Amino acid sequence: MAKISKKRESKKSRKPSKVTNKTTPVKPEVSYDDDDAEVVSEGDENITSEEEEDERKHQKLLEAISALGGKKKKKLAERSEAAVQMSEFTVNAEGEGDKIDLSDLIGTLNKTPAVPKKTKKQLQNLQTKNTIESPLSKQESERIQRDVAFQKSAAEVSRWTSIIKQNQRAEQLVFPLKQEPSGRRPVEKVVCGWKAQTPLEQEIFSLLSVNKQPINDPVLTPKEEASMRAMSLEDARIRRAELQKARALQSYYEAKATRERRIKSKKYHKVQNKAKRKEFLKQFDEMVKSNPAAALEELNKMELSRMQERMSLKHQNSSKWAKSKAVMAKYDGEARKAIQQQLEINKDLTEKLAASLNKEEGEEDEDVGDPEVLPDFVNDAETGSDPANPWMRGKLSAEPAEKEASDCEAPSVAMGNTEEEEDEQEVEETEEEALLREFDSRRKLRQSQESDKDPEMCVTDEEEAEEEHEATATDHPDTSDKEEEELSEFKSLLQGITDSQASRAEMPADAEPTQTSAPLEEGLVRIRTLEDIELLGQEEAPTDEAPAETQEPPSTQAPSSAPEKAKRKRKRAIDVKDVLTKEAKVIRVPLDPTVEDAEELDEKDGQRGLIKEAFAADDVISDFLKDKRKQEDAGKPKVVDLTLPGWGEWGGIGLKPSRKKRKKFRVKVAPPPPPRKDQNLPCVIISESRNSSACAHQVSSLPFPFKNPSQFESTIRTPSGRTWNTERTVKKITKPKVVTRLGAIIEPIAREDVMKDLMKNQKQASAGKHTKGHVDSKNKKKHMNKKKTVTAR
Amino acid sequence: ANSSRPFLSSHQMKVKVLSRNPDDYVRETKLDIQRVPRNYDPALHPFEVPREYTRALNATKLERVFAKPFLASLDGHRDGVNCMAKHTKSLSTLLSGSCDGEVKVWNLTKRECVRTLQAHEGFVRGMVVRFCGNSFFTVGDDKTIKQWKMEAPGYGEEEEPLNTILGKTVFTGLDHHQKEGVFATCGQQVDIWDEQRSSPIRSFTWGVDSFSSVRFNPVETELLASCASDRSIVLYDMRESTPLKKVIMNLRSNTICWNPMEAYYFTCSNEDYNLYTYDMRHLDRPVIVHMDHVSAVLDIDYSPTGKEFVSASFDKTIRIFPRDSGHSREVYHTKRMQHVICIKWSADNKYILSGSDEMNIRMWKANAAEKLGVLSPREREAVNYNQKLKEKFQHHPQIRRISRHRHLPKAIYSQAKELRVMKEARRRKEINVRKHSKPGTVPVVSEKEKHIVTVVK
Repeated sequence: MAKISKKRESKKSRKPSKVTNKTTPVKPEVSYDDDDAEVVSEGDENITSEEEEDERKHQKLLEAISALGGKKKKKLAERSEAAVQMSEFTVNAEGEGDKIDLSDLIGTLNKTPAVPKKTKKQLQNLQTKNTIESPLSKQESERIQRDVAFQKSAAEVSRWTSIIKQNQRAEQLVFPLKQEPSGRRPVEKVVCGWKAQTPLEQEIFSLLSVNKQPINDPVLTPKEEASMRAMSLEDARIRRAELQKARALQSYYEAKATRERRIKSKKYHKVQNKAKRKEFLKQFDEMVKSNPAAALEELNKMELSRMQERMSLKHQNSSKWAKSKAVMAKYDGEARKAIQQQLEINKDLTEKLAASLNKEEGEEDEDVGDPEVLPDFVNDAETGSDPANPWMRGKLSAEPAEKEASDCEAPSVAMGNTEEEEDEQEVEETEEEALLREFDSRRKLRQSQESDKDPEMCVTDEEEAEEEHEATATDHPDTSDKEEEELSEFKSLLQGITDSQASRAEMPADAEPTQTSAPLEEGLVRIRTLEDIELLGQEEAPTDEAPAETQEPPSTQAPSSAPEKAKRKRKRAIDVKDVLTKEAKVIRVPLDPTVEDAEELDEKDGQRGLIKEAFAADDVISDFLKDKRKQEDAGKPKVVDLTLPGWGEWGGIGLKPSRKKRKKFRVKVAPPPPPRKDQNLPCVIISESRNSSACAHQVSSLPFPFKNPSQFESTIRTPSGRTWNTERTVKKITKPKVVTRLGAIIEPIAREDVMKDLMKNQKQASAGKHTKGHVDSKNKKKHMNKKKTVTAR
Repeated sequence: ANSSRPFLSSHQMKVKVLSRNPDDYVRETKLDIQRVPRNYDPALHPFEVPREYTRALNATKLERVFAKPFLASLDGHRDGVNCMAKHTKSLSTLLSGSCDGEVKVWNLTKRECVRTLQAHEGFVRGMVVRFCGNSFFTVGDDKTIKQWKMEAPGYGEEEEPLNTILGKTVFTGLDHHQKEGVFATCGQQVDIWDEQRSSPIRSFTWGVDSFSSVRFNPVETELLASCASDRSIVLYDMRESTPLKKVIMNLRSNTICWNPMEAYYFTCSNEDYNLYTYDMRHLDRPVIVHMDHVSAVLDIDYSPTGKEFVSASFDKTIRIFPRDSGHSREVYHTKRMQHVICIKWSADNKYILSGSDEMNIRMWKANAAEKLGVLSPREREAVNYNQKLKEKFQHHPQIRRISRHRHLPKAIYSQAKELRVMKEARRRKEINVRKHSKPGTVPVVSEKEKHIVTVVK
């Protein structure tokens, strides 16, 4: 109550001037405080002290009147109620009830010099600060606490992210994670858990202890310990590494030296010596410039050795070895060479230094032109073996060629010849003949292809043939003229035969093999010649010389007869182009004629012939082709004819719908299908319709982790079994994802273990950096030293 | 040189002889495998895909043939088995507490009860073995926490607990710290106890009246999680004075289990037939919802490898879920097994132990078709190869059909079917509602978000 009244009073006191004009200055003041309780209390007050009120009103009126006069009188506050903050002297400050600012108090302080500056500053700081806000409610503060705590623990837990991800991606996890290292445990650990129990053991231990031998943990004698202490681990490591390196290098050098020493090849040593000498000469040149005295000494030494050589007969051909070689040199090229080399050495040594320096290349020429020292036959042989001499070469090369011809061809040809002849005589069946003819024609076809596509090979063949021909010519120089005549005859004959064969090849295709796959039938030139000979034998008796020569004609003829053969090819019953929807690729394989092929092929032919006989009635190939064509046709979109006769036109018997109409109502239903898969595969029909029985086993949609079908297909296609992969690969592929040990308790992953590893890694990384820094500083130091030295100079 | 050729050629006649190194084909001992030279030329081994497919199919079939997961049943309890505890140091020891307050210690290798003790009056609510393996704690309906020695008392000694703490309220769950002498109980609130003291060193409350389960994080050992009856899961840090966070779901969670290899993942078994795996940092949305049970899920335990977990349900089945899959890979049931109340995955990742209503504890293989015991290297290789094949061809329809086929009791089968129909109907209705309302007014709520009510900070 007191407070309220006071308030009212203060308000009154504050705004007297404003209120004075109003007739009822108090009432509005009261209603201004919109507190019901206050109003009520006011009422009470009014009732209780009416007299006072009157007095006060009167007083006020007086005051108002006096105020009109313009002078402001200081009014005295009247104490009307009991209040705590009322001054006992009824002193009422003007701004009573207002808050006191700190500045009001400090304002005076600034002026007083007695107050130290520090406190002044502090006070000023205080002045600027706001008041502390009221504390949050319990719920809110708890919530904040919780949030902070959660953030903290979440951050803590997040440290595991990398490890968890790593484990999830790992190809294999082996549990328990904390594995003890396998292998032998260190001695210390083994010894640790063991105590001497028997008297014997105790005795031994006492002995050990007397001798200061270690019993427990680090099994080191005091001396060893001392040595350990003497050198720090790093130093010891570095030193050991150095020693190791030195030892290794030494051993390498030793090994190299012994190896070189053991090399028996004289040539090698010679080369080495030569290299050394060259090196030495180089050095010598330098030495002449830099150190003439030493060079002179060296020169003297060399001169001395030269003199010695000149005096001795060491490298002359007077020694026992040289004589023996000289005897052998007639028959043995190597001996000749050895003698040559010996002489060369002699030459080198006896030569004056200046000369040797000027012309090192001229040695050999001089060597050859040194007839005095050498025996005659040696020289002869030497010149004889000269590769540049055409005379000698001609003579020598004739031999091997001859041999080759005689070795390789003659026997096989002879054998083949005889066999074929026998066959011919014994069985002259029509089918056999037909088969032979087939082969022949096929061969010709292939030959023509080759001659078209492989001109190089033909050329080489020709060359060979020519060479051989030459060889034979040289072999029988007296009969060469005759042979030439024979050859021309033979050529003409053969031409005739091939023509006749071509005409025969036009016969029905039943007998014709349609195996157009060329690669199997490669390198059979020789055999063809044999058969040619055979055929030739029907008309003309084969001579012994013929086989060697018959090689030539077909091969030389091949390019010229190519167009003819192409024509013949077209005439055959089943043409290749009929069979193939697209031209088959001819695989080029280098010709490699072998002798055995002939026999093998004969056997094969026999087999094939049998098969052909057995299935003579079946026309498999044409059936297959028909089938394929049928399938292809079935796949093509069909034209539907929707024309109705009589609509819009006259209809009746003998009347056909007009062309226009037919055109209009012919509808192509579907667009042409994509090209068939077997388009380029002549011998295959790939069915494009979906196979329902296989469908049950196929994956209908792409499984989850795969992004595209090809990915999935490739994973399925790669086999993982032992049939297709090596043992190690299989083990790698089939590695299980989780491995557990039987009977081992798997503990949860422990923070210490993992974090320790992490810490270790970090430490290592930091250590690496540190060492780098160290090195850098070292380098810097070096650099500094250099600088210093430079300056010192 | 040519002149001497005929002379030399007579000496250089070559005779070809078969010569082999016996090291290439002779075994060192007769125990070694015969060396089989192989030619890996792919042309010699055609049709690799069909052949491997056949092998995979056979492997899958054989797996189904050999899938006999049930190993043994341990009977002896006189009331339903309410809780179980794995021994921390011994694989062959299992502890179980029943609804009549009896605790039994089992030897799993012999499959017999080793020790029986009357621990509490009323239910044994929770049970845990201390990390050292020397003692274990039990809590019961008689408001007590008791610590027992693992060793059986000697002849003539009485069976007495090492320690008994009388609490103010009933305790419903118990778990022990991984490395320290601290354990946590739950009941009216979550309490953290020091083993040496008779009053909790810390208790957490957050406006809920009862908790059903509390579990320590085995990796970040200071963290805990609990399930409360107000359908919430609350996280705590032992070092803090307040809980961390809570998430409120549609229905109550029964139990919770942390992944022992992945610090921030835990899974809770819920009354709504599902299990939810959460990342504790993002509680607003579970990582995966595991569905398949057809009744409330009562218990869950992670495999020690953290790759899978097993759940026990009121629908009388046990299911094994891969950690990252929404559906179970395996379901175990027997005719006589009733509601499965508690489940444990053995510490060697080989066995599963289930305690059920009808007083039995059952032992199962974790991998139904696995051969128990030591495998010879060749056997192991074969198993690995078969496993790889099954994995490779798992998407092929025939193989998937065979590998997924499980026989289920009729009730569960029909229930599952019914649930499927219901779910489909709900989905359809939602789609229809969305179709016939203003676009944007009926938002699409994902399955993961559907079950979360709110996250309270």
